Amino acid sequence: MFNKILIANRGEIACRIIKTAKKMGVLTVAVYSDADKDALHVHMADEAIYIGPSPSRESYLLGDKVIAAAIKTGAQAIHPGYGFLSENADFCRTCAAKNITFIGPPVGAIEAMGSKSAAKNIMEKANVPLVPGYHGEDQSSAVIKKAADDMGYPVLLKATAGGGGKGMRQVWNEQEFEEGFAAAKREALSSFGDDTMLVEKYLTQPRHVEIQVFCDNHQNAVYLFERDCSVQRRHQKVIEEAPAFKMSEELRAKMGESAIKSAQAIGYQGAGTVEFLLDVDGSFYFMEMNTRLQVEHPVTEMISGQDLVEWQLRVAAGEVLPKTQQQLVLNGHAFEARIYAEDANNDFLPATGKLSLLQTPVESEHVRIDTGVRQGDEVSVYYDPMIAKLIVWDENREKALKRLSKALSEYRINGVTTNIDFLYNLATSKPFVEEDIDTGFIEKNNDLIFHDNAQELLNELPIAALYLVLSIEKKALQSALHSNDPYSPWHNANAWRLNEPHSHVLVLAHNDVEYTVEVEQKRQGNDAYYLVKINSEQFDCQGTLDDDNLVVNINGHRSLATINCNENNISLYRANGVFNFTHILPDFGQHEGDDSHGGLTAPMNGTMVSVLVEAGDTVSKDQPLVIMEAMKMEHTIKAPSDGTINEVFFQAGDMVDGGAELLAFSTSEE
Amino acid sequence: MAKLISKINTRSQDFLDNAAHMQTQVDDLRSKLGEIKLGGGERSRDRHLSRGKLLPRDRVNALLDDGSAFLEFSQLAAYKVYEDNVPSAGIITGIGRVGGQECVIVANDATVKGGTYYPLTVKKHLRAQAIAQENNLPCIYLVDSGGANLPNQDDVFPDKEHFGRIFFNQANMSANNIPQVAVVMGSCTAGGAYVPAMADESIIVKEQGTIFLAGPPLVKAATGEVVSAEDLGGADVHCRTSGVTDHYAQNDHHALEIARSTVKNLNRVKPVSIDFQQVIEPEYPSEDIYGIIPKDTRQPFDIREVIARIVDGSNFDEFKALYGNTLVCGFANIYGYPVGIVANNGVLFGESAEKGAHFIQLCAQRKIPLVFLQNITGFMVGKQYESGGIAKHGAKMVTAVATAQVPKFTILIGGSFGAGNYGMCGRAYDPRFLFMWPNARISVMGGEQAAGVLAQVTRDKKEKLGESWSEEDEQKFKQPIIDNYEHQGHPYYASARLWDDGIIDPADTRQVLGLAISASLNKPIDDTKFGIFRM
Repeated sequence: MFNKILIANRGEIACRIIKTAKKMGVLTVAVYSDADKDALHVHMADEAIYIGPSPSRESYLLGDKVIAAAIKTGAQAIHPGYGFLSENADFCRTCAAKNITFIGPPVGAIEAMGSKSAAKNIMEKANVPLVPGYHGEDQSSAVIKKAADDMGYPVLLKATAGGGGKGMRQVWNEQEFEEGFAAAKREALSSFGDDTMLVEKYLTQPRHVEIQVFCDNHQNAVYLFERDCSVQRRHQKVIEEAPAFKMSEELRAKMGESAIKSAQAIGYQGAGTVEFLLDVDGSFYFMEMNTRLQVEHPVTEMISGQDLVEWQLRVAAGEVLPKTQQQLVLNGHAFEARIYAEDANNDFLPATGKLSLLQTPVESEHVRIDTGVRQGDEVSVYYDPMIAKLIVWDENREKALKRLSKALSEYRINGVTTNIDFLYNLATSKPFVEEDIDTGFIEKNNDLIFHDNAQELLNELPIAALYLVLSIEKKALQSALHSNDPYSPWHNANAWRLNEPHSHVLVLAHNDVEYTVEVEQKRQGNDAYYLVKINSEQFDCQGTLDDDNLVVNINGHRSLATINCNENNISLYRANGVFNFTHILPDFGQHEGDDSHGGLTAPMNGTMVSVLVEAGDTVSKDQPLVIMEAMKMEHTIKAPSDGTINEVFFQAGDMVDGGAELLAFSTSEE
Repeated sequence: MAKLISKINTRSQDFLDNAAHMQTQVDDLRSKLGEIKLGGGERSRDRHLSRGKLLPRDRVNALLDDGSAFLEFSQLAAYKVYEDNVPSAGIITGIGRVGGQECVIVANDATVKGGTYYPLTVKKHLRAQAIAQENNLPCIYLVDSGGANLPNQDDVFPDKEHFGRIFFNQANMSANNIPQVAVVMGSCTAGGAYVPAMADESIIVKEQGTIFLAGPPLVKAATGEVVSAEDLGGADVHCRTSGVTDHYAQNDHHALEIARSTVKNLNRVKPVSIDFQQVIEPEYPSEDIYGIIPKDTRQPFDIREVIARIVDGSNFDEFKALYGNTLVCGFANIYGYPVGIVANNGVLFGESAEKGAHFIQLCAQRKIPLVFLQNITGFMVGKQYESGGIAKHGAKMVTAVATAQVPKFTILIGGSFGAGNYGMCGRAYDPRFLFMWPNARISVMGGEQAAGVLAQVTRDKKEKLGESWSEEDEQKFKQPIIDNYEHQGHPYYASARLWDDGIIDPADTRQVLGLAISASLNKPIDDTKFGIFRM
């Protein structure tokens, strides 16, 4: 076994690897950029080496700097994690040249799988089933379009060098082809520097089921069962689970063996994932093989009881696989939810900011949290905005799913917009619970996930109002206890009035629609109940608030809500989803100096890609003005109305802070 | 402590009849107040709102801490007093919590005759200031008033207890470190200009608040100068140029938020030095009081039944229970605060008055607040009692009441007639607060007695002249007197004229007393120096 390894990564995966290395008595070396000088992975490692400025292309992607760090610290091996250098054949080769073990597959395997079309050719020869498609070298749009026309729409265009949904487009009919083709190529070029495309038949209700395989250099290969990663948005995985639901033993064995065949076809070693599309009829097709440890590997660890990082280290050190296929037992069910800094209500726009509050559910044998950040850390513009992976396990899917929603409701993150509510709604939605899932799940169930039902809302409003009133009372009780006059009735926060009802009038907003809610306290003390009036509807409410847990009884219906209140934003986690309300506070008016200059501001930290206008230009409403890139996504800033550009403050290539004024704009007079 | 055991049967017909009768009176009060609380008419409210101003009650609500109680005073002020309808005398006053401090709030209602001061508006404003002064409570004035009501100037301007007294009080309270905060949310004309000018700190709302000694029409008449109200005395003038106001607010909510900050910066600590106990709710529901108070006012009831529904845990340690038992005296707690209760349980005899004087001495010595539950037809009359010295015994009690320096709280729960009113701490004896129940009656004597006295005098006169007077004629003579006493002794008539601080639902008595006692403790309790007791 190695004495010391270097982890050429950051964030949760670096921390994850360090944990296992520590357990195995292996010393660890971290690398870090400017932005990460105080990051968790740096603190966890035994040593850490600075490798450059914050942008990853100037630090984490620089193989030479990483190797120099390994040499300097005497690390015998490098674990690349996922992303960054993990599937970089050149890096792998340099490691070998410097006599450093690359903890991953051989160069040949990386190269074989690095090109999607080459990979498919190999798989075809190895009799691994493939989705009908064109993987040819002739990249003219006419040839590719003909192939698409021949296999019939819908089709999927993919960058051969791609991954993570970049450079990928669905095309639903012949007319959309050219536009989609151009866009996919452009994205591929900017993301991978290579715009070679392939086209495939697009299955309409496929599931994404992948097999975890492991090979050592003694000709042993096993599969550690499957993961279902069908729930995706824009081809990014959202919630993964293992095992896949509705999976027969026969199919599992068939897919597992097929996956091993795929791995062996390229002389694979170490941890790999073979991704298949699983059609409704049980036929499955090879999609691609990921020659690294996957983000979602923990669900496999939870159901197999194995530590995949430990397996990686052992295999890289030349040991045989710790278990044979017969020794591997599938136990229970696990889910992983990826907690991201992003705004699910705003097209999943990545968010940045400081994690002013970060409180996780309590970890246990059922709940695992893989994270690389602490409270107070910054989610920066430079790296993937994933905050944590929440992994839960229980003996069956139903129980595990309950654990997932409970743990999500207990997650408290302030300072940065997160997708926790979105994940919660997803996890509690009926089709998800009932296993009615394919890769189009999110698009299909959009309304369910975002809860836009008015009646449903009306049932939740009294709970939000009751929560606010009970919180006011609780706060008052607290201050009473600290007062030198603790029993004064003036401490009671029941809005007592002489000769009229005692009412709190609250304004609550949901999706920018405001509701005036009147909460009248009836009786005092333990008998207290509340009459909640919304428009003409009236609800008899009782509630007990214990920390964040509210037991409510509304018109005789008793239920539970877990509440997360951040300033005046209230999230109610309920059995049927999460509901967000804003407590509208009085408007204190616009203050002097508040006046905006009619400028247009950056929606977030990012880079200016191109500036499409010049000072003095006259523009019309919705005309694109500048394009920014942030979090690997392009954002076009458009003219809010007809007007004139007075001044442009940034040029292409400039780094822009969120909120910075991009250009001075004046609206044309009517 | 000894627990009072109720002997009331809440299922008896009497109880149910009584309860229904009280309910009718409470309902009538609430329905009248429902209209009064709307303030001016719909049109003037709409006009007020269209200017971006909050209605006065909403201003008070926004000023108060979340969920704070508001102990409002004299809601019925000016009720049916003037030819004009002047709801609540055009001014809202009361005690509420702001920044954790009990404060007196005085808010003009500009929807009522432009917020101008009728004589009773002045009286209500001065009463609120008196409450602030007696209880050491900061004052917050939400000013939106056209100043003195000109047609009534003779009853508003010149006398000692008139308009000028408002500013006299501001100056003297400020001198005693009772903070004076003014929020100018509308007009503040002529004398009214002195409210913010005399305040310790003042806030003004832009484009709403104006302060000037003479408004644009008067300026034009006097000097010919034409100037807009905003240019003459708006927020910009007073915050940037004149320095009459200290804080510039963007709107009503902003102004009230500044007022809250101002109070939070006062550095005041409530000087509670009293042996309070944990609060225990009474054993019996306060609503029972409805059924306890007899429909027929001449019918007696045991006052302890009422006490059991007001005091903590229904615990009451009675003093001299076997002596002078038409006056019930004893120690109890209300919302944890120790109180001495003095309650009528029949006509006052010499012994009762002596016992009362003794008990008041105890409370004054021990600095225990006094609560008077007043239901008194008067002191006992007749040869036997006069010769027994009822006048000097009564005088002892009146002396004790008048000079006791502990906070005193009076609730008129039934009759309040004659010298009984004095001995039981009527308005003239400076209780910190005085509230009436809707069934109470107040006059120098009962209507029947007054009519009887006047009829007797008339009959004597007629008999001297040898004239005869039929029973029927006598009844005709007496009825209007009885009716008039009934009219003038009614709580609405009394409360309209500020003989009290308001009419309360009997079921709210405990709550009102709790708030009032707590507020009164903002002022340390002074030592008492009694006058000469005639022995």
